Amino acid sequence: MSTSAATTAPPAAATAQETSATVEFRQVRRAFGAAVALDGLDLAVRPGELLALLGPSGCGKTTALRMLAGFETPDFGDVMVDGEDVTAVPAHRRDAGMVFQSYSLFPHLSAADNVAFGLRMRKIGVAERRARAAELLELVGLPQHGDRYPHQLSGGQQQRIALARALALRPRVLLLDEPLSALDAKVRLTLREEIRRLQRELAITTLFVTHDQEEALSMADRVAVMHAGRLEQCAEPAELYAHPATAFVAEFVGTMNRIPGRTGDDGSVVEVLGRRLPVDGPQAAPHREVEVLVRPEAVELLADEEGKARVTGTMFLGALTRITVRLADGTVVKADMTTHAAATFPAGAAVTVGLPDHPVLIDERRA
Amino acid sequence: MAGLTSLRNDTSLWRGGRKPRLRAGRGTILVVSAAYFAVPLIASVVYTVDDPVKGFTLSAYTEILSADGFLSALLLSLELATATIAVMLLLLVPAAIAVRLGGPRLRAVVEVVCSLPLVVPAIALAAGLTTVLKWGPEYLARTPFYQTIVALQNPNFPIVLTLAYVVMALPLAYRALDAGLRTLDVATLMEAAQNNGAGLIRAVTSVILPNLRAALLNATFLTLALVLGEFTVASILGFQPFAVWIVNGSNGAQGSVTIAVSVLSLLLTWGLLLMLSTGGGRRPTHEPRPTSGPHNEKEGTT
Repeated sequence: MSTSAATTAPPAAATAQETSATVEFRQVRRAFGAAVALDGLDLAVRPGELLALLGPSGCGKTTALRMLAGFETPDFGDVMVDGEDVTAVPAHRRDAGMVFQSYSLFPHLSAADNVAFGLRMRKIGVAERRARAAELLELVGLPQHGDRYPHQLSGGQQQRIALARALALRPRVLLLDEPLSALDAKVRLTLREEIRRLQRELAITTLFVTHDQEEALSMADRVAVMHAGRLEQCAEPAELYAHPATAFVAEFVGTMNRIPGRTGDDGSVVEVLGRRLPVDGPQAAPHREVEVLVRPEAVELLADEEGKARVTGTMFLGALTRITVRLADGTVVKADMTTHAAATFPAGAAVTVGLPDHPVLIDERRA
Repeated sequence: MAGLTSLRNDTSLWRGGRKPRLRAGRGTILVVSAAYFAVPLIASVVYTVDDPVKGFTLSAYTEILSADGFLSALLLSLELATATIAVMLLLLVPAAIAVRLGGPRLRAVVEVVCSLPLVVPAIALAAGLTTVLKWGPEYLARTPFYQTIVALQNPNFPIVLTLAYVVMALPLAYRALDAGLRTLDVATLMEAAQNNGAGLIRAVTSVILPNLRAALLNATFLTLALVLGEFTVASILGFQPFAVWIVNGSNGAQGSVTIAVSVLSLLLTWGLLLMLSTGGGRRPTHEPRPTSGPHNEKEGTT
């Protein structure tokens, strides 16, 4: 998983960041009938950063974004942009450019007119409108497509135009509502990089809603994982992956094994696979049956004829191979290793499963 | 752009072996359906211009034009059609859009309400209206509403007919409009427009309505055709728009004049529809343009 996006900051962003906006959700609550979409969301977005809102469907991430765009109003709490509460500002005065999940270009207007639509609404002169539209089409890499109509453009091109349209009014905040989810895999990758490049160039504070963890981790400066209307954790991608704050984050981001264990005398250690390991994060009561959360790349396998675990399958992933092992108690554990090393573990082989000497996350045992 | 590519492949396929057979099939269908419509029409036209004694003559047509009440009846029908179309669109368009945006559950209700007039025969509607118009003056004689009842039935412009026609046109217009709305993601387009600085009304007028042009024209055509041809209600309520005049006015005339009136009314309706469709303009946008080849094919190359 690439996390380079988060660590390298271009010099242009540093200067422009001073003019970028901050966004803050304070105790925001929103319910639709009995369904609670946001349950006291607290989240602050730093100026000029790209923050991904990641979570399963129904976690409230889109509601949060739509609230910032002015399409939803909170039942309780404040939505602040640059320290000002914007909840009373109508959608058309929000100063937030949005790219929608479904293709949202106006079918009766050419690409250039779509881009210039906002400028027309602001009563800006034709010459200036054209110039700005041309500039934006250039920016999204479609300078020759200005006179095409939406139905003459591919999905990826439509989303680029939509991005140009969202940027036309020089909004303080850019909102991306799963803009890549309708596109095919290859286009998605190109556009991902393109969005990131543009966002950095313009140093515009950006919220990006996605349910695709790879997308979130590879693009965002920080990722906010949401669950049931609340923020679980907001951290840089590498931090999120290495030190998930909760069991939900641990399982939602990347793959996680759940291996049965038992807490020791004071709850700060856990016995698992015949070892005693320190507990990371929230602890459980002493002498409780728990589950230990371990990433597949942290699991060690040792070929051992006496071993009680059996290899049940292998999955080739390129440089890595994921080996599935069944422990003596029936627990299924996944281990990642280099494809070269994995050759020594054919299906049916007897193995011993080991864990490194690092603190581990624990979670309540599931029935 | 894959769509364009496959379209191109398809056309090349048409040009191949399948085309002659298809062309023959299409030709047959065209000839049969054209004959179905054209033969009675041509026969009618021939009947009106071919006098057994005098040979070719246009007297049947000139007689109509100079006939009593022809122009006033035609004008009345056109006025009624204009008013009906205006009221119907003003009523239906906001309702249909509002239902799409605000209450998807209400859509079924609106659909049922708009379809109800289909099951009410025109004769029943006329009978109901007659009762109300008779009952009204008696009870409202001493109230200001008396004048309303009188105005409703003003023979120069019977508002009551417009009201009845709006109800009768509702099912047709609603279907036309609904078909147009189905092709649009109204909610997203509205939000996109608002996000680009358009207020609610501006969003509707500058994004939704232009994309509904074909549907609005269809609704207008259907309403126009209905009003121009409506006989039952107007006749029972005792007004004299075009359709009623055709029947009553040509009663005593020769057979050829009666037929000439029908031909004329057909041509008139067609002419009006043609005027509307050219006035409404064609969308200049829908033919794929044969521009810049390589950009068509590949995604995100630039």
